Amino acid sequence: MKALAALLLLLATPAAAQSNLPPAELADTQLPDPARERAARALMETLRCVVCQGQSIADSDAELAGDMRALVRQRVAAGEEPAAVRAWLVERYGEQVSYAPGLSAASAPLWAAPLLLLAAGALLARGTLKRRRK
Amino acid sequence: MRRWLLWAPLALFAIFVGVAMMGLRREPATLTPSRLVGQPMPAFSLPPMLPSRPGTSGGGQGPRLVNLFGSWCVPCIAEAPQLLQLREAGLTIDAVAIRDRPEDVRRFLAEHGDPFRFIGSDPISHVQVTLGSSGVPETFLVDGAGLIRAHHVGPILPEHVPDLVSQARALQ
Repeated sequence: MKALAALLLLLATPAAAQSNLPPAELADTQLPDPARERAARALMETLRCVVCQGQSIADSDAELAGDMRALVRQRVAAGEEPAAVRAWLVERYGEQVSYAPGLSAASAPLWAAPLLLLAAGALLARGTLKRRRK
Repeated sequence: MRRWLLWAPLALFAIFVGVAMMGLRREPATLTPSRLVGQPMPAFSLPPMLPSRPGTSGGGQGPRLVNLFGSWCVPCIAEAPQLLQLREAGLTIDAVAIRDRPEDVRRFLAEHGDPFRFIGSDPISHVQVTLGSSGVPETFLVDGAGLIRAHHVGPILPEHVPDLVSQARALQ
């Protein structure tokens, strides 16, 4: 039984994970209102597809990504702010679903690092230049 | 100015490359449990997948497992015998059929057993996303007060059964 289960798991490639239903209505159909479509599209480009690594839901052909695009369009069409839709998804999947991480205790070093490195570089350069002038 | 300080940028760069390489080699972290564990089950109400049985909804129907599956999902076949075992152990299992058709579900249940009390139809994965799930099969353990107590990602294999049974019994 265990061997059979393991065998079935091996067969479970992403290619096999395709249902027989067509994509959701709004997965690949633009919203009639161009401003809303633009907002929805911008949000889709910064949301991670949760079944495919390193792709946004805007770029992915996965069924779940299509369903998530439909969800984003539906909510934006209903007048919801893109930030609220992002927050709703982060509540469920964690920060990793977002490609636009906010400032938090965990991400603070990431935001601060470039500034700190720049400051360190400036200090280093100043010291070197001063010495050369002498 | 000390000479060695000039090597600091290169050292920092080497550390950066090291961290980046480690990040590239690490197993991607998609298969994480939903952040909703410990929180109330979101409200939803799915239409019945089969005319003979009610659909699954989000709220208060006693302690239960909510199983997300698809007739098109191969690991769901591997999981099916364990779901039957859990049913025999007295657990209630409600199903959310992801992106599925009644005739396919009927065939799947005839072939692999039918442990479900309710079966809701989720044709556009809406409830799946609402639950913070990223694939099938996945299973949520919900207590009598409607709190999500655990989230099992991937098929329930024989070695997971005893644990799930004792967790579920503790809720009764």
